[in-house]
Amino acid sequence: MTLNIPSFQLSSIGPALTLTVTAILILLLDALSPKGRKTYFPQLSLAGLALAAFQAIGLWGRTGTDFARMIYLDNFTFFFYLIFILGTALTVLLSRQYLEDYGKNMGEYYALLLFATVGMMLMAAGAHLIMIFLGLEIMSIAVYVLAGLFREDARSNEAALKYLILGSFASAFLLFGMAMLYGAAGGTLYLGDLAGRLAGATALQPLILLSIALLVVGFGFKVASVPFHMWTPDVYEGAPTSVTAFMAVGVKAAAFAAFARVFFLAFLAMKMDWNMLLWVLAVATMTVGNVTAIAQTNIKRMLAYSSIAHAGYLLVALVAANQLGAVSLLYYLLAYTLMNLGAFGVVILVGRKRDSYLNIYDYSGLGFQHPALAAAMALFMFALAGIPPTMGFVGKFYIFSAAVKAGYIWLAILGVLNSLVSVFYYLRITVLMYMKPAEADLGPVLFTPAQTAVVAVTAFGVLWFGIFPGFLYDLAVNATKIFPGL
Amino acid sequence: MQLPILSILIFFPVAGIVFLLFLNNENKRGLKIATMAISLAEFCFSLPLWFSFNGQTAAMQFVERRDWLPTYGISYYVGVDGFSLLLILLTTFLTPICVLATWEDIQHRVKEFMICLLALMSGMIGVFVSLDLFLFYVFWEVMLIPMYLLIGVWGNPARRVYAAIKFFLFTMFGSLLMLVAILVLYFHYGATTGTYTFDLLKMYGLNIPFHMQFWMFLAFGLAFAIKVPMFPFHTWLPDAHTEAPTVGSVILAAVLLKMGTYGFLRFNMPLFPQAAHYFVPLFSILALIGIIYGALVSMMQKDLKRLIAFSSVSHLGFVMLGLFTFTMPGVQGGIIQMINHGLSTGALFLIVGMIYERRHTRMIADFGGLSTPMPVYAAIFLIVSLSSIGLPGLNGFVGEFLILLGTFKTNKLYAILGATGVIFAACYMLWMFQRVMFGEVTNDKNRDLKDLSWREIAIFAPLILFIVWIGVYPSTFLDKTKATTENFLAMMEKAKETKVSLSQVFRGEAP
Repeated sequence: MTLNIPSFQLSSIGPALTLTVTAILILLLDALSPKGRKTYFPQLSLAGLALAAFQAIGLWGRTGTDFARMIYLDNFTFFFYLIFILGTALTVLLSRQYLEDYGKNMGEYYALLLFATVGMMLMAAGAHLIMIFLGLEIMSIAVYVLAGLFREDARSNEAALKYLILGSFASAFLLFGMAMLYGAAGGTLYLGDLAGRLAGATALQPLILLSIALLVVGFGFKVASVPFHMWTPDVYEGAPTSVTAFMAVGVKAAAFAAFARVFFLAFLAMKMDWNMLLWVLAVATMTVGNVTAIAQTNIKRMLAYSSIAHAGYLLVALVAANQLGAVSLLYYLLAYTLMNLGAFGVVILVGRKRDSYLNIYDYSGLGFQHPALAAAMALFMFALAGIPPTMGFVGKFYIFSAAVKAGYIWLAILGVLNSLVSVFYYLRITVLMYMKPAEADLGPVLFTPAQTAVVAVTAFGVLWFGIFPGFLYDLAVNATKIFPGL
Repeated sequence: MQLPILSILIFFPVAGIVFLLFLNNENKRGLKIATMAISLAEFCFSLPLWFSFNGQTAAMQFVERRDWLPTYGISYYVGVDGFSLLLILLTTFLTPICVLATWEDIQHRVKEFMICLLALMSGMIGVFVSLDLFLFYVFWEVMLIPMYLLIGVWGNPARRVYAAIKFFLFTMFGSLLMLVAILVLYFHYGATTGTYTFDLLKMYGLNIPFHMQFWMFLAFGLAFAIKVPMFPFHTWLPDAHTEAPTVGSVILAAVLLKMGTYGFLRFNMPLFPQAAHYFVPLFSILALIGIIYGALVSMMQKDLKRLIAFSSVSHLGFVMLGLFTFTMPGVQGGIIQMINHGLSTGALFLIVGMIYERRHTRMIADFGGLSTPMPVYAAIFLIVSLSSIGLPGLNGFVGEFLILLGTFKTNKLYAILGATGVIFAACYMLWMFQRVMFGEVTNDKNRDLKDLSWREIAIFAPLILFIVWIGVYPSTFLDKTKATTENFLAMMEKAKETKVSLSQVFRGEAP
């Protein structure tokens, strides 16, 4: 028997390969170099990420599949590559000083971060459900470990354990769904083939619906949608803040990439069946996230619930299931990456040594003690609340226009009302910063160059692309041409 | 090439903000002088609007148009017609006065205050000149933030946060529903004409089925009715007015409330004319309730600022009553009454602010006999009060008379009820004036109050000039708006003949 190895081009997975090599290199160097001389890992990671970004831009415009039709090469994938790389790079910049305060500035942290990014890339590129699953697991396992990075801290342990157990459970659901789909589609899991096969399998309709439901559970867990969100607040609160930021933007974006690709490519013909389900999930996610966020006094927990709510807005884009919906999903994920990482950057800066200031009341009086920092935070809060002229507003505007265009006016109304609820808790931060006297002197904030740069760059991006959204909009339109049915 | 006056008006204050950022925080006087210079320059920039505005045509003037997001049909599209002209001038006219009024009042965080004031100015002008729905919405929302900060940071310590958040959430609630309606309108326009655009003027001619007009009118109307504010959405107003710093109250009353009435004129009525006719009874009755209820509640207030705040509800009720008559005098009166209210209520808030600076109280019971120590103050207060009541010869009379005239033509009962509002206005204003100014000085603290300084007199001089001017010769201003109003009325007249029942609306049937 002969084994056929299909031809492939390594450049097709260039960015993922670069990051893998960088991660392995970091692990090796970590093991080989003497103690106390391991401060160059962030720079190395950034170099790897820059190279990967360069490769991803070089790939822009390519189409087709590679590695025996296992991965897609299209602008949708590359757009997500750039989101992941951006998110990871900003996280790396945020991490160094933060981890050093904990004495945890270790090689494996950066290696795991890069491995997780590779997993995300494979999820976005996956052309076969198993590929998506592998990507999801690569990402998840790395993030499980990252969540528990602070071994001495009980809450970090709790976060890692909770995430691991519930995450495995959700992965099992996903896998189970895929298995049923495999049966229903007559033995294929290629996304490109699924739509055609499923259309023919009318007798197996119940099986297909069940598998869709199971896939929704699996993806719903990763994007933190209600009712699969129970882990989110605890994990976000317990994990190191830099990891929380990474999870909130990267994991969510990757899960949405796969979610959108699977549902828009394979299940588009059954839109009627899953639309109602996602409609309910979207409304429940937005409402629970926003209403619960009001009651939070820990800033990380508040941002955790806000990230649940944002998953709800993004689900609205999926429900709309039109081209504009796909565009708005991409734009919003990018916007969310910038504004959320910016907000977490401020949280890290204000939290200072070993997260001493994580209560929202610690922000009292910040507005006049550190005007620039507070102005940036206010900008991120207004952006998350969706108030112009920020990316957050433009993103919400796109999402709700997609919903209205698809005829879901009620969903749009519920969405905007949810934004109103969210305004309340985002405003509270600005109220504390500007309208309350400081409870105590906040003392100096250590503005390290890397962390300050993250806040400055994200603030600038949020504002600039909020006023001139045209460039990114065109890019996103270009990236979503791959969904012919939309 | 024509100078892009409107862009200058919008972005000059932004440039001013950048300039202020470079000034020293501690140099309070310098900051105030700089802001004063910026706002005066802005006022000068706005004068060409008045002088080269052609009152003979209803077309948009000083139009500027640039693509912003062409794939989405969004453009930077601004222009001025008779409706917006006076409001823009009111804004640029009042801002220097406001800066002058902060001279003694605002002593901490001066720089931030001035930045908010300039940002607010930019946003307000943006709202009045936008002819693109998206652009309008952006300005409409952006402007909330500085106002929210003005109330929340510099307001009355006790309840400022409550008032600021209430203001923000109320306004946001309405405008978010308006956003959905804008999107529905956008896609409806795209579906019927094939081109997707947010261009307001193109949408004017669109024939929208009545059941859609019905809901969209309500969605837009809610946003504007909250802003006006109409009864029963007025509850944020007394809090916001009372807790805001003097200048905040002035701008809130003089300009921000006008955005609501302007919104009805510019968006609601021309976009959804059939629904506008359909809703005349509802909105007229709400306006009447506002007039009478606002006046009655004013009468019972113990706090001067709250009294004026409720009087705003009553005055804005007149404006709405006039606009919903769709008659020449009614609409013209409504427009002039917007300006009147800006001038006289703005002046009233300044007056209260000045006595508050001296006595640190606004309770009517704490005063009495102030005319003895402060004769100039008393004279100015009296003129402004009378203008607010609507004494012939002062501006309030012109507006209210025209509105009642227009209302009388369409519905006599409304006119009679509305006229009672004028009587009540006389009651609460004069009664308040009597309690504060006349009689013996009962409270010893009031005995040695200083009369107005030259700076304070300078604040009122231009206001009183216009109060008298409009009262004596309103044609100067009415002529500018006449053509636009005629065009507006012709547009509304065309849509008059529709008889629809509510059940048809809910079943989504076209009439």
